[in-house]
Amino acid sequence: MISLSDIPARPSAWITPPMIALALLLLAAPDLLPAIGLYQYLGIEIAIWIGFALGFNLLFGYTGLHSFGHGAYLGIGAYAFGLFQHHVAVSLWGGLLAAVLAAGIAGALVGAFLSHRRGIYYALLTIGFGQIFWFLAMKLHRVTGGEDGLLGIPRPPLTLGPWQVSLTDNRALFYFAAALLMIVVVLCWRLANSPFGRVLQAIRQNETRARFVGYEVWRFKWAVFTLSTMIAGLAGSLLAMAQQSAYPDVMSLHQSGLIVMMVLVGGGLVSFWGPVLGVVFYFVARDVLGGLTETWLLWYGLIFMAMVMLRPEGLAGMLHDLLRRSRPRQPSAAPAPATEAV
Amino acid sequence: MALFEARNIHKRFGSRVVLENISLAFEEGQISGIMGPNGAGKSTCFHVLTGQHKPDRGEVLFDGQRISGLPPQRIARMGVSRSFQLMNLFDDTVVIENVMLALPAFRERRLKAMSAVFSDTALIDRALVVLDQVGLAVRAWDAAASLSYGDRRALEIAVALAAEPRILFLDEPTSGLGAEATRRLALLVRRLRERYTIVMIEHDMRFLFELADRISVIHWGQVIAEGTPAQLGDNKWVRRSALAEATHA
Ligand SMILES: Nc1ncnc2c1ncn2[C@@H]1O[C@H](COP(=O)(O)OP(=O)(O)OP(=O)(O)O)[C@@H](O)[C@H]1O
Ligand SMILES: [Mg+2]
Repeated sequence: MISLSDIPARPSAWITPPMIALALLLLAAPDLLPAIGLYQYLGIEIAIWIGFALGFNLLFGYTGLHSFGHGAYLGIGAYAFGLFQHHVAVSLWGGLLAAVLAAGIAGALVGAFLSHRRGIYYALLTIGFGQIFWFLAMKLHRVTGGEDGLLGIPRPPLTLGPWQVSLTDNRALFYFAAALLMIVVVLCWRLANSPFGRVLQAIRQNETRARFVGYEVWRFKWAVFTLSTMIAGLAGSLLAMAQQSAYPDVMSLHQSGLIVMMVLVGGGLVSFWGPVLGVVFYFVARDVLGGLTETWLLWYGLIFMAMVMLRPEGLAGMLHDLLRRSRPRQPSAAPAPATEAV
Repeated sequence: MALFEARNIHKRFGSRVVLENISLAFEEGQISGIMGPNGAGKSTCFHVLTGQHKPDRGEVLFDGQRISGLPPQRIARMGVSRSFQLMNLFDDTVVIENVMLALPAFRERRLKAMSAVFSDTALIDRALVVLDQVGLAVRAWDAAASLSYGDRRALEIAVALAAEPRILFLDEPTSGLGAEATRRLALLVRRLRERYTIVMIEHDMRFLFELADRISVIHWGQVIAEGTPAQLGDNKWVRRSALAEATHA
């Protein structure tokens, strides 16, 4: 068995082999996807959702804080990016910054309400706040376009000093999203294996003990919530560019549930890389199963239920077992749990 | 003046009064014992002293400073450590991380979010020293969940020690331990008393009478007797429960 709190082989490394593998896959994706019968745009979607999922899992998997309203911050990022383009300036960096800030401020405010709660109360409040944001997006028709969405969001060119690259082409946008994703990956990895990240994990394992060894638990809970919403905002800005529009549907309870499902199916509870596997699995399932049957979500739902009941460690856990079986001489790291005689 | 003092503590849950009017004083460098029957309010008293519960009336003083009303993390950072009656560990990780997380040096590092934890030899050495005090240094890199019951009790104490406290509260440290493990724990507590002020709740009278300098007996949410082990030997309640224990054994 693996666990999120396993100490990585080289804990101080910035770049790890799985990161290199992911980077190579991303590099190859624009040619790989069409080669296996899929399409380029899918790569953008996957890159966006992986980033969103990794940030989300700092909260959900690492800290054990169950947010069921995280789609809201993806949406806020998307709207903020679009509104910035429409009302302030057509600027890529400006839009990204606006998205991260808007989602982060919303997250910081909500986080202030949430962070003294735990368990079911925490989860319920995340749903409540998520619904409020979704409702606002639907009702503030003049600002967000309501159900029709915020349309005509441009894809501003990427400017780096004297260079300027157009992102109107899906391939270019994909590489831009992939580059941002790699930054998010490295950031999340380092954070998860820093003292800060270990405290988050300690809070998951035993919040009471964490307080009694002296941690201001609520500040950590607030910080990780806010951080995850900022990453969600970043993902949302990319989504706005990809779709060239922003809609309230990503903020719905349904979409917020999707990210939870992706993370769980992928194995976000046991592995840093679980969310990545979960996102890829979801989108491939959507396109492959979805090509075969209209009821694909039903099948995905069944897979999800089977996973939760039979393999709660998800795809990452299965992959880990598979790798270990092919290298049988590795010492088994799973000791028998002690029996509690209290 | 006592290092730690509780004055007229009153605590109730709903209409149920658990602590009636408790006053206690723990002297620096001593081992203070607390005994009393099940449900007397001993653990609740610890919860109030260490910040888990706010008292409804009364105040708690540590080193002359009023700490009642402060949250547990604040009180912990001032140098008040505790173990729990029901164990409370970080179970998904290795033994040593349980201790590292409690080290003040680790706590101060939290904002240096990007510095690596498990490659910091100074931090690890410090944690090993703490683990060595309770005889767990050899198990440092084993999963916390793999420890035997007795070793988990010892780790519970190590976590409390890691905070470099000035006063250590132990809630029934011998509970569930066999005779051999209890003996080892007695040795450990005796060694610890040289460096820490210790307060412990204990049902094991032999253990407590052997180690404690002073003992308070709590019953019905009140302190019904107080004194040195020798003075308390004559106490009616103590004699009765000593007798009960002897007939049980
Ligand atoms: N949070 C709470 N809410 C309501 N009642 C409580 C609470 N905590 C404790 N009590 C009650 O207070 C009384 C004292 O409990 P406490 O745990 O302090 O006893 P104790 O002296 O530690 O007993 P033991 O020797 O069994 O550990 C019990 O009757 C218990 O049911
Ligand atoms: Mg008790």
